[in-house]
Amino acid sequence: MKKIYWLGIIPFLGFVVGALFTNKVTPYVLGMPFFHFWIVLWSVLTTGIMWVIYLLDPANEKGDSR
Amino acid sequence: MNIAVLFILFFFVISVLIGIQAKKGKEMNLEQWSVGGRGMGALLIFLLSAGEMYTTFTFLGASGSAYGEGGSIFSIVTYGCLATVISYWTFPAIWRYAKKHQLVSQSDFFVKKYQSPYLGVLVAVIGVIACTCYLVLQLKGLGYIVFATSYGAISSTAAIWVGAIGVTIFVIVSGIHGSARTAILKDILILGIIVFLGVYFPMHYYGGLQPMYEAIEQAKPNFTILPDQGMSVSWYISTVVLSSIGFYMWPHGFSPIYAASSEKALRKNSILMPLYQLILLFAFFVGFAAILQTPGLKGSDADLILLQLSKQDFDPWFVGLIGGTGVLAALVPCSMLLMSISTLLSKNIYSVFTPSATEKQIAKLVKYMVPLISLIGIYLTFQGGNTLFSLALIAYNFITQLAPAFFASLMKNNFVTKHGAFAGIITGGVIVSIMELGNIKIGQLFPYLPQAIKDLNVGIIALFVNIVVLVVVSLMTKNFTYTHQDTDDLETSTLEQKI
Repeated sequence: MKKIYWLGIIPFLGFVVGALFTNKVTPYVLGMPFFHFWIVLWSVLTTGIMWVIYLLDPANEKGDSR
Repeated sequence: MNIAVLFILFFFVISVLIGIQAKKGKEMNLEQWSVGGRGMGALLIFLLSAGEMYTTFTFLGASGSAYGEGGSIFSIVTYGCLATVISYWTFPAIWRYAKKHQLVSQSDFFVKKYQSPYLGVLVAVIGVIACTCYLVLQLKGLGYIVFATSYGAISSTAAIWVGAIGVTIFVIVSGIHGSARTAILKDILILGIIVFLGVYFPMHYYGGLQPMYEAIEQAKPNFTILPDQGMSVSWYISTVVLSSIGFYMWPHGFSPIYAASSEKALRKNSILMPLYQLILLFAFFVGFAAILQTPGLKGSDADLILLQLSKQDFDPWFVGLIGGTGVLAALVPCSMLLMSISTLLSKNIYSVFTPSATEKQIAKLVKYMVPLISLIGIYLTFQGGNTLFSLALIAYNFITQLAPAFFASLMKNNFVTKHGAFAGIITGGVIVSIMELGNIKIGQLFPYLPQAIKDLNVGIIALFVNIVVLVVVSLMTKNFTYTHQDTDDLETSTLEQKI
């Protein structure tokens, strides 16, 4: 298993463990209750993390895709 | 005839034409028809997977549940994101295996991995029932949307008939190519319309997002977050874990994987998909905006909230546009469901019990089945009542219980035997079905447990039992089955065929 793959655990920690601490209405962030903001934030971060994994994953060096 | 009707008809005709046109220049053998000749690039794969995610639910249930249940609806976004994280590793593995063995259905995967056509039958039967129920749900949704957005000019009966006939035609002609092409138009429209509505309603009624949430908070404190009991944090966590594992176990979820041209296309898919989940967020905003505007709606009335607000505030042409988009949101998943059901029935059920059937006959049968399945779908849409609902609940739960056998099969040295897989799926599925149908809560069985455990999703407990049974039975049976990770032929001994 490649080391970079361990990054894939982060979204699970963010969403699942994070829910234990972020189930609150206040403070409002971006106009949303904190719980909603937290999930939106992690959706964005997950895309970022998957992108980093994709870029650094040696498996993607060969072969092309349209 | 009003302008909304024109818009709805326009989008319906366009999507069927695009669907038929998609066949152009392709020799339609079974592999082309059901998995696009394994030649689809990253963009089409993305749209196909999104095609399963953004269905009529986006227009009905998503806003309806936000309206009725509040914060717990956010679990959908969460498990959608986490499922795509997992898919970064599982999809390429599935794809490689499917390409090597020329698999076309989800059941094929289990047949080949466990060298057991009968395990394939079990998986196919679960898949056929679950997909048929889901098809019915989409057709019902189509009826609701068209009836509402045409201001009653088109009856939902007519909409369901015409919609089902349209989708049947383009599925027979173009197969998955039709789904992929229509998905392009569908996703552009859904993205545009849902985001617009999700921004518009909070602005229009409250002057912004935060004022809207503050008003809700004042009227219904803590409605927008998870409650202390019931759909609590522990419910949320168990649901998210369960559903992110089970998310891609649906038969029609395997088709886009098989259809990909490369592993890379599939990995790219998992980059953008988490962000794409946020489309649902805007549907939730619509539901939240409605809480104080039209209070007191229950059940299926709540699901019509997005359409009702739109009809109040917009001109008929825009309502027609929403209706047209709703039609597409139903047709794309319906097309993929029809293909999956007919492939499973012909290839993984019929041919197992009719060994004399040649491959050519099966390829033909798959297409002939499509109109028949559509008719059954239409019949059940009009006739199936609560029985159908119960059946759907059982089938959906069973789908998730396929996960342990699936993940085990991806291991390099899979110790799980077909007997273990069989026993695990059945045990897990039966447990969750009994508890869901009997509405048995963990708290009733064990009243002294802490609340956090009582609130666990029962599916996760069933999944746990499933894994235990799977391991135990596999260890017990490992001596009288072969280790067949690399054998390509199905074994023929009669003892083995029993299970």
